[in-house]
Amino acid sequence: VSTTTAGRVEAAAPKRKKVSDRARAERRLGWLLCAPAVIVMLLVTAYPIVNAFVLSLQRADLRFPDANKFIGFDNYGTVLSSSLWWDDVFHTVLITAVSVAIELVLGMLLALVMHRAIFGRGTVRTSILIPYGIVTVVAAFSWRYAWSLDSGWIPGLLGIKTDPLAQTGWSYVAIIITEVWKTTPFMALLLLAGLALVPDELHEAAKVDGANAFQRFFRITVPLIKPAILVALLFRTLDAFRIFDSVFILTAGQNNTETVSILGYNQLLNRLNLGLGSAISVLIFLLVAAIAFVFIKGFGTSLAAQRGET
Amino acid sequence: MRRRGLVLSTLAVLAASLVATGCGGGNGKGPAQLNFYIFPEPSGSFEKAAKECSQQSNGAYSITVNTLPSDADGQRQQLVRRLSARDSSIDIIGMDVIWTAEFAQAGWIKPWTGARAAQVTQGTLPVPIKTATYKGKLWGAPANSNTQLLWYRKDLVRTPPKTWAQMLAMSAALAKQGKPHIIEVQGRQYEGLTVWFNSLNASAGGSIIGPTGNVTLGAPAVRAATIMKTLASGPAADPGLSQAQEDQARLGFESGNAAFEVNYPFVWPSAQENAPKIFKNMGFAPWPGVNPGQPARVTIGGINFGVGGYTKHPNEAFAAAACLRNSAHQKLYALKGGLPPTLNALYDDPSLAKPYPFKDLIRQQLNTASIRPQSPAYADISLAISKGLSPPDAINPPTIISSLTSQLKNAQDSGALL
Repeated sequence: VSTTTAGRVEAAAPKRKKVSDRARAERRLGWLLCAPAVIVMLLVTAYPIVNAFVLSLQRADLRFPDANKFIGFDNYGTVLSSSLWWDDVFHTVLITAVSVAIELVLGMLLALVMHRAIFGRGTVRTSILIPYGIVTVVAAFSWRYAWSLDSGWIPGLLGIKTDPLAQTGWSYVAIIITEVWKTTPFMALLLLAGLALVPDELHEAAKVDGANAFQRFFRITVPLIKPAILVALLFRTLDAFRIFDSVFILTAGQNNTETVSILGYNQLLNRLNLGLGSAISVLIFLLVAAIAFVFIKGFGTSLAAQRGET
Repeated sequence: MRRRGLVLSTLAVLAASLVATGCGGGNGKGPAQLNFYIFPEPSGSFEKAAKECSQQSNGAYSITVNTLPSDADGQRQQLVRRLSARDSSIDIIGMDVIWTAEFAQAGWIKPWTGARAAQVTQGTLPVPIKTATYKGKLWGAPANSNTQLLWYRKDLVRTPPKTWAQMLAMSAALAKQGKPHIIEVQGRQYEGLTVWFNSLNASAGGSIIGPTGNVTLGAPAVRAATIMKTLASGPAADPGLSQAQEDQARLGFESGNAAFEVNYPFVWPSAQENAPKIFKNMGFAPWPGVNPGQPARVTIGGINFGVGGYTKHPNEAFAAAACLRNSAHQKLYALKGGLPPTLNALYDDPSLAKPYPFKDLIRQQLNTASIRPQSPAYADISLAISKGLSPPDAINPPTIISSLTSQLKNAQDSGALL
């Protein structure tokens, strides 16, 4: 609730012509109070970003330290003209789109369950959140063993005779299930926060008017929690696009499952090619920024409209 | 009473550890603390050797064994990451033979010169010395070596095949009779696939990278690729070939479905323990050749001991590395850990005959062995080869030279994505 009110104040502020002395003093105090945090953030995030950008403009290979030189945007040309990069972008988009779509549906169902649970509320919520509390690498290992031909339970269950993690199709299924299993609770948590904002009176009024459960969900709940859905989708898409751990453990990028993050990792840590690896990192950063921009621009209007209504 | 006892014993432990660190710390005067980075060897033979060398040094140095990750990529990654940051705590390195050029070129290891070089090359087999040599200098002390042999079922095959063509024909004949006929090889996209290709290519008379760094793939590469393709797309292939590493090949042979296997000597004690029935009929023979009448030139593996480029105790590190690979310790690694020695004389040692009935064969193959390309960009070169040849049943031999050549050129030039 507090965020919505704050948003309203902010939205209203530009309309006022004169800024009172008190408001100015408060603003200054505000800046002073957040200055330490801003400085620390600049040190720990801006410096690496700038450093990565500078490195991406150089031929910098730790194995050939004598050959370092400034080469402008050549590294970007190499990356963008390589079919490997575009293949990996496609793999990443595929994993992101499918896993986020499944997470949204499952997350919504779980959020409704958590919201409506009458008895054992705490137990239900805690048990749903357990996967999110497990370290991704550990979770990915447990899935890898589950899919392994000699020791896992999945191949036997599905009647698979050859190693599933050696086949492209099954590898994607395994990666997406691992992602969904791990992060659906996060999605559910964000949606649950949205559900808590929907007043019960609206549902009761609709019930009196004869709306069935589906109509109440799609006509009342979904429009009202749209901001929460957007935030959840945005967070998860940004996260999923940078997927690394699960793929690294399950397939290490073999059989056409390499993602952009693994490509960058290979250039940086295996080949020690800081120039190319940094160029890939910067490009991933730009893609993530573009995703965030599209989400906020594309759905921003509906967010504002939402605020006006409530 | 009990609580007081606990407090007292805690204090005692604390005091003891303080005393221990006080002694071991030795500010400048005590023995030099050397860190030895090596792959995890389950029998603990490296730890034993390190202890013995530390004792024999009369207080000059004390070696601590640090184990690297179990997979070769992980080992290299940890080392290069730390060495490129000039880590001075890396004193002695157990280097895979394929790292020599990369480590030497970047200045991450120190060269062995003069009397030191003479000490570790005397009596050493020539090809292992070559793996430690780059641009005319010696960069490591050959510590142990390795080479694949042909393992076969004596109950299915009377005389072992001399060439891959013969082996493929025998396998096809066995398949027709409905008998076990699979040839176990390493077909996964990883270093093992590069090793298979390199051995076939060298046996056919070819090379991959020439002395000036140019790609030298030719007709022998086509023959090598054709053999790989024929095996992978015929009855001789294991259903899991495209995922098979050394261990999958071993398990395949021990399961009894295979008639042949090319693999390292570790499969011998393993079969003895895990599959005694198969072991009874298990025979060994030279790795098959490609050209009739010519022995194969099998890829050499193994470990050379290098001295870290940024170590604070170079003199002690060289002395310790030399001790760790001396005759007594190489024998220890061979008997306990199953690692073939690099010293010629050890192959005449009768105590090696029992665990190593094939020791003469190994020495003979080491003397004609082929070396993988000695280039600072070897990791990229190997990646390009294994990517270009994976999966083996999809190899297209007529275009293999042009496709591999362009990929290898990309790999050597650090301005390309891999």
